[in-house]
Amino acid sequence: MQSVLSPIDIQRVRQDFPILDQLVNGKPLVYLDNAATNQKPVSVLNALAHYYEHDNANIHRGIHTLAERATHDFELTRQKVQSFLNAQHVEEVIFTYGTTDGINLVAQTYGRKFLNEGDEIIISTLEHHSNIVPWQMLCEEKGCVLKVIPIDDNGDLLIDEYEKMLSERTKFVSVVHVSNALGTINPVKTIVDLAHRVGAVVLIDGAQASSHITLDVQALDCDFYVFSAHKLYGPTGMGVLYGKKALLDAMPPYRGGGEMIKEVTFEKTTYNELPYKFEAGTPNIADVIAVRTAIEYMESLGKENMAAYEGELLDYATAQLADVPGLRIVGQAKEKISVVSFVLDGIHHQDTGVILDQMGIAVRTGHHCTQPLMRRLGIAGTTRASFAVYNTKDEIDRLVQGIRRVQTMMA
Amino acid sequence: MTINEKQDEIIEEFDLFDDQLDKTQYIIDLGKKLPPMPEQYLTDENRIMGCQSKVWLGAEIQGDTLHFYGDAEPTAQISKGLISLLIRVLSDEKPENIAQADLYFIDRVGMGSLVTSRRAGGLASMLQRMKEYGREYAAPAQ
Repeated sequence: MQSVLSPIDIQRVRQDFPILDQLVNGKPLVYLDNAATNQKPVSVLNALAHYYEHDNANIHRGIHTLAERATHDFELTRQKVQSFLNAQHVEEVIFTYGTTDGINLVAQTYGRKFLNEGDEIIISTLEHHSNIVPWQMLCEEKGCVLKVIPIDDNGDLLIDEYEKMLSERTKFVSVVHVSNALGTINPVKTIVDLAHRVGAVVLIDGAQASSHITLDVQALDCDFYVFSAHKLYGPTGMGVLYGKKALLDAMPPYRGGGEMIKEVTFEKTTYNELPYKFEAGTPNIADVIAVRTAIEYMESLGKENMAAYEGELLDYATAQLADVPGLRIVGQAKEKISVVSFVLDGIHHQDTGVILDQMGIAVRTGHHCTQPLMRRLGIAGTTRASFAVYNTKDEIDRLVQGIRRVQTMMA
Repeated sequence: MTINEKQDEIIEEFDLFDDQLDKTQYIIDLGKKLPPMPEQYLTDENRIMGCQSKVWLGAEIQGDTLHFYGDAEPTAQISKGLISLLIRVLSDEKPENIAQADLYFIDRVGMGSLVTSRRAGGLASMLQRMKEYGREYAAPAQ
């Protein structure tokens, strides 16, 4: 699909991100670490400042005007996220501190209540540690069995193998929508449908997908969907757990404290309704409010337009990098977001990252919190360049020149 | 030559380069000249657990000075270069001098963040371990 965002549009977009306009080590910054976190448009920065300058108050129970304004804006974000996800009910949107927090919430509440010894939990080889460890912890506690969907050498999940794993013992499936290390877009609709056939509940980790793919949790029919705001041009320390209402209602609370209660006596406490049952304590009010602005920013560009443009960047980068002798792209899945992982013959990824940084180019190196995946691929780590809507082909050219310089220096 | 004299000598060598990339190139070239570590020191015990690259450090008391052997995995050339510099400055020095050394040359060669932060692939831990060796061997004499 040809992007409708022209180079002029992208130059305008770049002006929305003041952080991009700086020298790093004496060179203009090329920020290609967007899969770790992307930068924040000035409207999001203004929303944060505006909240603290004008509306700061604790929410929900305050009787005064500021509390009412803060509460109003806080709940507006919930509605915005509901439409962003196309969730059926607004109370299906739970605010968390991030993707990791959301997964742990589900493992520690749904998992502890409904999973039992011998029950099987399926994850995939592509998972980030944050979608491995919470399930291992649960397995240790409850005696569940963790199973892992294998991949092929391109980084695509072997769906046939997944299908064979499914049985009446499968009670939970937790799979990443998009691989952070390789960029693989998983066939999540198929994964959900197959899991539901055996009655398993499905969580989709949308950390990497949320800024690149248009989401529709009703069409996808997943039971839970989690993501982080800081990967969709929003602030850090804020995330979302979507869950189907019936499941969330059936789950026990996660953390105890203020806000999540209906009535407290020393004898017994009754819990609040959704979504507040899962939002104990004073939440991250400012960042929640700013997330609405982040989503509005993406809407102003058009998520499809962004995806099309990022797809162009991916194609361009893949073609340019393929021309570099001694460079091997790791992860050539059929469908990818704008992430390119690669290794250079005879050169440690750390050295690549250090030298690129000295040229003002920010990439990520290492195992990307996916050690089992790296082990499966037979490598210690990769160098990863990941692109957002403000990146340009010129920046990719600078990356390629930088890589060639690394190779010359190491020769 | 004292530890500080050795550091000053290194700073002088690096001052010949204006560009950080040239300094890094020099470090890489030094890494290529790092003698391979004797086999008996390439043990798990001597492996420095760090962030990204594999690094080893061995120490041996020779008379009243401490001799260091260090190495990194073959592809980690910047690490090797930095190891060679750390060894050049601290090896064959009295343990108490190693323990007390203030290594100001690292920042001056533009590698401060690499040696003192998590990015260092074990080099921050390596420097720490060298100083620990210094303290350990200096202790009985006190």
